[in-house]
Amino acid sequence: MSDTSSNAPLIQMRDVQKYYGTYHALRGITAEIGEGEFFSLLGPSGCGKTTLLRAIAGFEDISGGTITLGGKNMAGVPPNRRPTNMVFQSYAIFPHLSVSQNVGFGLRKSSLKPADKTRAIGAALEMVGLGHLGNRAAHALSGGQRQRVALARALILKPKVLLLDEPLSALDRKMREEMQVELIKLQREVGITFILVTHDQEEALVMSDRIAVMFEGEIAQLADPEVLYRRPATKRVADFIGVMNFLPALADGNGIEVMGLGRAEVDPSQVPGGAVSGACSVGMRPETLSILYDGEMTRARETTAMVEEVVYYGDMTYYDVTLDGASAPVRISMRNMVGREVLSVGMQTRVSWDPRAMVVFPD
Amino acid sequence: MRRGRITPLAIFAGLYLIFLYAPIILLPMFAFNDGTIIAFPLQGFTTRWFVDLLNTPALHAATGNSLIIACSVAVLATCLGLFAARAVTRYDFPLKGGILGFIMLPLVLPEVIVAISLLVVLMQLGLNASIYTIILGHTLLCMPFAIAILQGSFAGLDQSLEEAAIDLGETRAGAFRLIILPLVTPGIIASMLICFIISLDEFIIAFFLSGNEPTLPVYLWGQLRFPARLPVVMALGTILVALSITLLLIANYFRRRGLARTGQQDSGGFL
Repeated sequence: MSDTSSNAPLIQMRDVQKYYGTYHALRGITAEIGEGEFFSLLGPSGCGKTTLLRAIAGFEDISGGTITLGGKNMAGVPPNRRPTNMVFQSYAIFPHLSVSQNVGFGLRKSSLKPADKTRAIGAALEMVGLGHLGNRAAHALSGGQRQRVALARALILKPKVLLLDEPLSALDRKMREEMQVELIKLQREVGITFILVTHDQEEALVMSDRIAVMFEGEIAQLADPEVLYRRPATKRVADFIGVMNFLPALADGNGIEVMGLGRAEVDPSQVPGGAVSGACSVGMRPETLSILYDGEMTRARETTAMVEEVVYYGDMTYYDVTLDGASAPVRISMRNMVGREVLSVGMQTRVSWDPRAMVVFPD
Repeated sequence: MRRGRITPLAIFAGLYLIFLYAPIILLPMFAFNDGTIIAFPLQGFTTRWFVDLLNTPALHAATGNSLIIACSVAVLATCLGLFAARAVTRYDFPLKGGILGFIMLPLVLPEVIVAISLLVVLMQLGLNASIYTIILGHTLLCMPFAIAILQGSFAGLDQSLEEAAIDLGETRAGAFRLIILPLVTPGIIASMLICFIISLDEFIIAFFLSGNEPTLPVYLWGQLRFPARLPVVMALGTILVALSITLLLIANYFRRRGLARTGQQDSGGFL
């Protein structure tokens, strides 16, 4: 498939820059994406993730740096000559064509015989579970069906890379969760590289092999989902991915003094920015803290706190508690179980915590 | 409001419609009236005024002029409107609002002023008033309508459609031909029909710029000097009104089909 040696990454981006007039949209993006990888670009709107995706597709010229695809520099190569295909945010289904005509659009220029084209269209529709809808008019499709048509239409050309621009954002929550699972299955089935643009951190965590978190045109962290969640590189990444409590702390040569928790030792791996001294913040996920019920013991450390707020979710309960000696509340998430009654506001409780779950950021 | 109940609002609406359409209803009434005087009571039914129309060579020449002008204007104004509408909906450029405003200005300028200015310009350029000068004048007049209609067609198009076609291997020209053009075709047809009607019915500019090649409305106006010809004018007027309404309905049908194709809501009339 690839004309370069198999261990070279499929996509290499080196110091990619993009200016719109004086606006610096991409500020030196360097990353490599492997063959068969499910890669996500995650960030808030305006962070440059869509610009980067469109630059890979060829819809945006880059102002500096290089993008190589399968060992070939893509500079000056128009979108219709790149081995990439895209699923647009709006799906961009051609409204005046039937489903089959939409899916077969990319085959117009191919040398396949008509019978083979029909077979390919049928197979592509079958792959996305729409085998029975070939003759349906495109404008008579539901949101989920439109997205499947867009997928089939892009995959029929057997691209090396499939680019997905917020493909699930138009769907309702239930449909979105279904499609997440389907997309993962589909990617394993076709085995090609998927690059997904999303602003939904949960979606990125669920689907990706690796995630690049972008802020203001730069990659803030590139890692697999677990590392991203457990060891975010910066305070901002930590805040963007899931919920993170930040506790004010003071670092010295021997450890850190965390307000409301006390003294703790941390491993260098828990300090992503390198050594920290003086005022700093300690990040802890809500599920790494827990409420201790009467008689429960912990092998970790414990402290006392007062319940400020209770948010009941059915399977989970979120507590905002103020640790004794701290000024701001922290959030704790607890799985609801038999024998664990839900606490109420104003109650005193014991809280257990583990120094190994801490991530230390400089202030 | 319950059905079938006559409210003050319904009465107002009824009077309003009578005020608008009563004069137009008089047109066919006298066109089929067997008498040369335009007054009640009606004399009896006849179709001889329509037969008269067939036997008037000057009228045929005027009709020919009008058709040539209307067809040319429909094509010219729609082509120019196509460029303008695409530019306005697809690209951002400096002074976009101002430029569009100036293009739309003929909609509200007094037509007499436009006609006189055009005449002055033509005389300065040393051009004789002719069919061609009327075509130019009418194109100017029709452009805002063409742009308004076509802008509606283009505005409803998702920009990703064109990119998707290019992404799937088409060139820019191919994407325009295969995707954009079919989707705006109803708008193009509607625009051509509207421009055709406007040009066909237009009097003031045609009157100033026609020289010795009158259009249909200019010819009609000339006939008003001869009282005996009035019923013939009525007959011709009847035909023109019927034609205009038919073309308008067709234009609206195409405009709606265009909206339906791109999956938009119909927001009412096109102007």
